[in-house]
Amino acid sequence: MIELRINGAMHRLDIDPDMPLLWAIRDHVGLTGTKFGCGIAQCGACTVHIDGQPVRSCSMPVSAVAGQAITTIEAAAGPVARAVQAAWATLDVPQCGYCQSGQVMATIALLEANRTPSDADIDAALAGNLCRCATYARIRTAVHTAAKALA
Amino acid sequence: MLAKMMTRLENAAPCRRSFMIGCAAVAGSLAVGFRPADAASAATGGVRPFNAYLRIAPDNSVTVIAAHMEMGQGIYDGIATLVADELDADWSQMRAIGGAGNPKLYGNVAWGGAVQGTGGSTGTTSSWERYRIAGAAARQMLVAAAAAEWRVPAAEIRVAKGVISHASGRTARFGDLAAKAAALPAPAKVTLKDPKDWVFIGNDTLRRLDSMAKSSGAMDYTIDVKLPGMLTAVPIHPPLFGATLTSFDASKAKAIKGVVDVVQHPRGLAVVAVDMWSALKGREAVTAVWDDSKAEKRSSADLAREYRELALKPGLATARNAGNAEAAIAGAARTIEATFEFPYIAHAALEPLNAVVRRNADGTVEIWGGHQMPDVYQGTAAAIAGVPPGQVTMHVMKTGGSFGRRAVIDADVIVEAVAVAKAIDFRAPVKMQWTREDDMRAGRYRPAYVHRLKAGVDTDGRIVGWYNHIVGQSIVAGTPFAAGLVKNGVDMTSVEGAINLPYRFAAQKVELTTTRTGVPVLWWRAVGSTHTAYAVEVFLDEVAALTGKDPYEYRMQLLDPASKHARVLKLAAEKAGWGSALPAGRFRGIALAESFDTEVAQVVEIAMRPDGAFKVERVVCAVHCGVAVNPDNIRAQMEGGIGFGLGAVMKSQTTLDKGHIVETNFDSHEVLRFDEMPVVEVHIVPSTDAPTGVGEPGVPPIGPAVANAVFAATKRRLHVLPFARVENA
Repeated sequence: MIELRINGAMHRLDIDPDMPLLWAIRDHVGLTGTKFGCGIAQCGACTVHIDGQPVRSCSMPVSAVAGQAITTIEAAAGPVARAVQAAWATLDVPQCGYCQSGQVMATIALLEANRTPSDADIDAALAGNLCRCATYARIRTAVHTAAKALA
Repeated sequence: MLAKMMTRLENAAPCRRSFMIGCAAVAGSLAVGFRPADAASAATGGVRPFNAYLRIAPDNSVTVIAAHMEMGQGIYDGIATLVADELDADWSQMRAIGGAGNPKLYGNVAWGGAVQGTGGSTGTTSSWERYRIAGAAARQMLVAAAAAEWRVPAAEIRVAKGVISHASGRTARFGDLAAKAAALPAPAKVTLKDPKDWVFIGNDTLRRLDSMAKSSGAMDYTIDVKLPGMLTAVPIHPPLFGATLTSFDASKAKAIKGVVDVVQHPRGLAVVAVDMWSALKGREAVTAVWDDSKAEKRSSADLAREYRELALKPGLATARNAGNAEAAIAGAARTIEATFEFPYIAHAALEPLNAVVRRNADGTVEIWGGHQMPDVYQGTAAAIAGVPPGQVTMHVMKTGGSFGRRAVIDADVIVEAVAVAKAIDFRAPVKMQWTREDDMRAGRYRPAYVHRLKAGVDTDGRIVGWYNHIVGQSIVAGTPFAAGLVKNGVDMTSVEGAINLPYRFAAQKVELTTTRTGVPVLWWRAVGSTHTAYAVEVFLDEVAALTGKDPYEYRMQLLDPASKHARVLKLAAEKAGWGSALPAGRFRGIALAESFDTEVAQVVEIAMRPDGAFKVERVVCAVHCGVAVNPDNIRAQMEGGIGFGLGAVMKSQTTLDKGHIVETNFDSHEVLRFDEMPVVEVHIVPSTDAPTGVGEPGVPPIGPAVANAVFAATKRRLHVLPFARVENA
């Protein structure tokens, strides 16, 4: 039995300790906002927060995060999350949208730590999040927009 | 519209629109619900808009039923815009879903109307009249229902922002009258709005309907489909293209907790399990023996060598021949020649391929997926499931990208999903889910090509002869598409963008040598123009340099000044400040390409670093796409096309090592990353022409524009793609 604390709720799951957190979240907890893109921590679509830090859930075995506070896109809440999602919607950032859960989660983690990110800070924080629709320019604008809204 | 297309069909070359599915076969049978109309007054063909093209619910929501798949290009919003405008709806009440299962309603008008499909940047073109007429017909029926209810003349009723009203003070929402309206006969004729009355078409303040859902994890894709008792399957594909299964041992895999079965299907094997992780663990435990005697075992370097040799010989087919280009070049004052190499490239959409299948108790079958050609897949799935096509319901899901990959003619992932579900006797719904490695390794790439170009110029620097020999695989050969897209041995998707140049050359010849390999290929965002535009626009820049002319001025002299091509080129140059001084270390390049009837010009600025590396800092893009239905989405598609194309020319390739695919995930198959995205500025040429597509045409100019800027900086020409290849070092 593995105990996972996801979005504030404790889940006791009879799963393989090697199972990546991504598949536990998607297949066993039933939260599908966190996406599968590469399986090797190269695209960022599976980004969740563990104790507030952005983590690639596709490459994190559940045994390594048992008991820690895991937050998925479904529970992204609070002023920073609201500002980020509002900026994303106002600027029509998403195209296909498949990467955006990860982009939003990475951005929330950035702005929680740094309310006035420079372009270089944004580059560094989002370098691991691929967008095949190349919405990068709008994401950059949206990060700045969200930061201004929070100021 | 049809007349325009038939005219094109009669003039076999240049066939300016690729991807005209079986256009010859279906020409003359306009199998669409609504006949296209040129005038403001349009016949509805008697098709009832309700439930065919839109639904109005008691909660007042208006849901458009889209004939085109949404893969990020914004077509759901485009169609909702057309309906909302004629309906005089409020944007906040609009919704959009995908429709399928009735080509008479949803056939792609731009392809002739017989088959439903999304591709060739035709979604807006195909929808332009169909959905405006649907909206107008629905509005007229709502007004008629209100007139009957209120016992007032229909002419006295007003509709605005989703509210139906009469001077007497009576008002109703659409939802209040929808049931009564839907029961009325459809009007024989409707009058479409005068463009000056458009509320939503061209409105830059409209936001996409799904942005918040896509920013909050609420958007469901095929990978997110959940059905009671559903099992997950992962495929085992042959290690080489063309290898076949000899035997397999699944005993160890079946002993793994969660693995339900290991089954054979027409494309290999599959492991079926209760969840994805069990399926993946089971897959590791399967041993399979493959017969690779007929498999493709060449490496990319072998193919490139063969293609380069073929390029030196006369082409096997002639795609365009005007004047005597070879004699003109032979007699020219000066000549120039170059050979270009293009790699295979995987589409690498972020959602790996998948499909979900369920057979119901009554024998009907449902399939959820990114159905870019649902009618084709319905037939294929029905044949495997052993039911009539009418018993297969296709649920068209939004997809995490596609870039052409989901418009696969052999329905690969759907075949696997249905065959696996059948192999377990349909006892549970099955989600067939490919991994990234499956997605990149199992084929369907932009074909590799070699182009050899030659040009001759006279003493004034004018081009007297232009020759382009293209060597590479056909996308449509051996498929049902060949009937419409292969003419005299020329696959139009191999040569589009090379045979329809807007430049006025005195003589030109384009040849094609179609090769055969075991590597499965497919259309990839912008199709032929992903390589033809690169070769043409880089080589034209070289000719300009040979003659000592400015590359922008040289192009302008070759263009009809009144053409859309000249207009976008001039606009991009003006907005970019072409010819003005740049800061030290900055250089410009320019390129022009028409694809899918949309003209795009781009001027790039690169910053050279002392180590010879460079970054694309700024792109100024001008586009002519007729009426700009959703201006901000046009900008978004240009931005995205530029980023997609830039990553490809800089870094992306799919190579073979003795038949094995080398790049199987994003660690080796590199694509554009965040810090490499330039600032993009998009300028839309105002137009009253019927709209043309924007999903693909942003891609072709970026590669050559960047290469031309690199030449301006270094005097080096980049003839081998991607730029990261050592040949360019």
